[in-house]
Amino acid sequence: MNSRDLILARVRRAVAGAPDAEVPRAYRGATGAVAGSTVPGNAGAESAVAGGVATGDGGRAAGERLIDLLAERLRDYRAIVHVVAEAEAASVVEEALARRKAARLVVPDGLPPSWLHPRKAGVPYETVGDDPELSPADLDRVDGVITGCAVAIAETGTIVLDAGPGQGRRALTLLPDYHLCVVSADRIVAGVPDAVARLSPERPLTWISGPSATSDIELDRVEGVHGPRTLEVVIAT
Amino acid sequence: MSRTFLGMPARALERGFPSNAAIAVGDSQLRFNLRKATRTIRGKRAAVVSELPDWEGLRQAGKAIKDHTLRNLDRYLEQLEAAVTAAGGHVHWAADADEANRIVAVLVRATGETEVVKVKSMATQEIGLNEALAAEGVTAYETDLAELIVQLGDDWPSHILVPAIHRNRAEIREIFQERMGEWGRPAPEDLTDDPRALAEAARLHLRERFLSTKVAISGANFMIAETGTLVVLESEGNGRMCLTLPRTLISVVGIEKILPTWRDLEVFLQLLPRSSTGERMNPYTSTWTGATEGQEFHLVLLDNGRTDVLADEVGRQALRCIRCSACLNVCPVYERAGGHAYGSVYPGPIGAILTPQLRGMGSELDRSLPYASSLCGACYEVCPVAIDIPQVLVDLRAKARHPRAERLGMAAAGWIFNRPERLARAQRAGGRLRRFVPKRLPGPMSAWTDTRDIPDIPRESFRDWWDRTDGGGR
Ligand code: SF4
Repeated sequence: MNSRDLILARVRRAVAGAPDAEVPRAYRGATGAVAGSTVPGNAGAESAVAGGVATGDGGRAAGERLIDLLAERLRDYRAIVHVVAEAEAASVVEEALARRKAARLVVPDGLPPSWLHPRKAGVPYETVGDDPELSPADLDRVDGVITGCAVAIAETGTIVLDAGPGQGRRALTLLPDYHLCVVSADRIVAGVPDAVARLSPERPLTWISGPSATSDIELDRVEGVHGPRTLEVVIAT
Repeated sequence: MSRTFLGMPARALERGFPSNAAIAVGDSQLRFNLRKATRTIRGKRAAVVSELPDWEGLRQAGKAIKDHTLRNLDRYLEQLEAAVTAAGGHVHWAADADEANRIVAVLVRATGETEVVKVKSMATQEIGLNEALAAEGVTAYETDLAELIVQLGDDWPSHILVPAIHRNRAEIREIFQERMGEWGRPAPEDLTDDPRALAEAARLHLRERFLSTKVAISGANFMIAETGTLVVLESEGNGRMCLTLPRTLISVVGIEKILPTWRDLEVFLQLLPRSSTGERMNPYTSTWTGATEGQEFHLVLLDNGRTDVLADEVGRQALRCIRCSACLNVCPVYERAGGHAYGSVYPGPIGAILTPQLRGMGSELDRSLPYASSLCGACYEVCPVAIDIPQVLVDLRAKARHPRAERLGMAAAGWIFNRPERLARAQRAGGRLRRFVPKRLPGPMSAWTDTRDIPDIPRESFRDWWDRTDGGGR
């Protein structure tokens, strides 16, 4: 008997006659709501967040509270966070890059052009595309990467990348030491169930909650081991 | 077939839990570190768990999803295999540790490479993969900071989540300075014991390795039967490096790690981080399905005693375990005895019920493990999948054949709690303690291997000295 059949036979023998279990789902499930929408159902998004109360003042206020919560939770992980109007995103991005003194920036295909000012004289950074693919060594040498995201989770302060447009393959946000992520309000959901419902398992996913960190040495938290040591997030509303 | 191997040295097995624990209890540095670690994580966990109004609902769902999966494990394993294969991955089945090691060795050799990078994985520790690969001329580099400390220090992990918790910063600095050069890029000359500096040294040491190594080995926290997706949670980014950069990825995963549906992740991605590191979410979670971004992907499904556990009506609930380590952090016995005393890669309350079941109760140690508990029930309270550890312990005690185990075992908890004067007697190296500020207290493993003598009671124990002088400040 090969090991596959052996293991399956052992499993069948082990569980023969055992009772099955019904799965109770007595927890807050997906709501379908996002922060950047004013549909009435959005009030549900807020009550889906721990400690949130449905206030009945409509979808917009609930959406704003999701944005605030996301910003607060990201800051808890010591990410740098800006909440700005969509129209100001490019300026805030440019300021962030200048502060960081990032001279070479990876820009994945499909990044909304409105997030970067058109290149003009005096813009202090150069952008690099990933087509043809940059080698790991190339990626190790750039100063940072800018991406969007597929989903952001307010309750846990999590950004999820799915290698879709404006995000690129996984290595792009791994090797550079600085990750600047622009989150559109319409990507922000309340909790983990909404995120799981919106994401496709067929795509490689990277869930990011703050910069890389370790607590392996006497439980002192140190930001930045192998992933980007600085995570900066621009929430565009 | 030989006894199921769980990645620990034979000496520890011969001794039984009480003797192992006695050694640990005598190590003041270890006890200090453990107390600090378990208390800190315990507090963080309690805070983030109490934030969720539906924690108990999630916990009951988690328990039921796992029970349902285990009941139908044959079906879900076949479904998983089909999904991974359809997504371009290759699935291998390993009945025991030897077979898993052989499969991995053959896969690595087929790439022509002699070096692999590894993400922290309980399953590969359990089967002793690094040693097996070394025997085949393949060097496995651990990349998790704590695992790196353990590997460079020729040591054994002592906690599921923070495996090097028995080492303090001064010891880690010394290990890095002495050993990094033998394994690759040496530590900087002027390395301090600031955790930031130590983490930076690890970053530099491993960077080149990540950029150049062609084969990676991982475990997985979850496998989704419906989609063939694997899920790895981590903090540092070494996991992402290993999962993303190498051309070939080999994942060794216990057969009980399956979840039926993608949706089930909505439960476990809430339960695990909050129970484990006490964070709302861990810094990085990666999911991938089959061969991803041009990689070659192999999944090795590991039994190694799990189907024996599955056959036990009471004991099978141990297979619900998601290795969060919450039960370690609340356990008064673990806090005093430390991880090494449990003699397997699974320490603490979960180790006390899982190890004897996986390995059988053939050794003194495995017969004594079910007694390594005061049955206070704290482990059950915090377990995110509601494993009734005390119930399994009691059941295993009834099965422990050797009466001596009971005597020794009863002594295990009693020894630690009731006879403090004996703790000092167990302290193995009076001379070292009398030097007061130990440049480097040897880890518990060296204690295991270097002495069985009971030295004289030191004039003053490290802990007493520490208390009296406010940690050496006076
Ligand atoms: S037994 Fe429960 S608490 Fe302990 S590690 Fe496993 S899941 Fe966590």
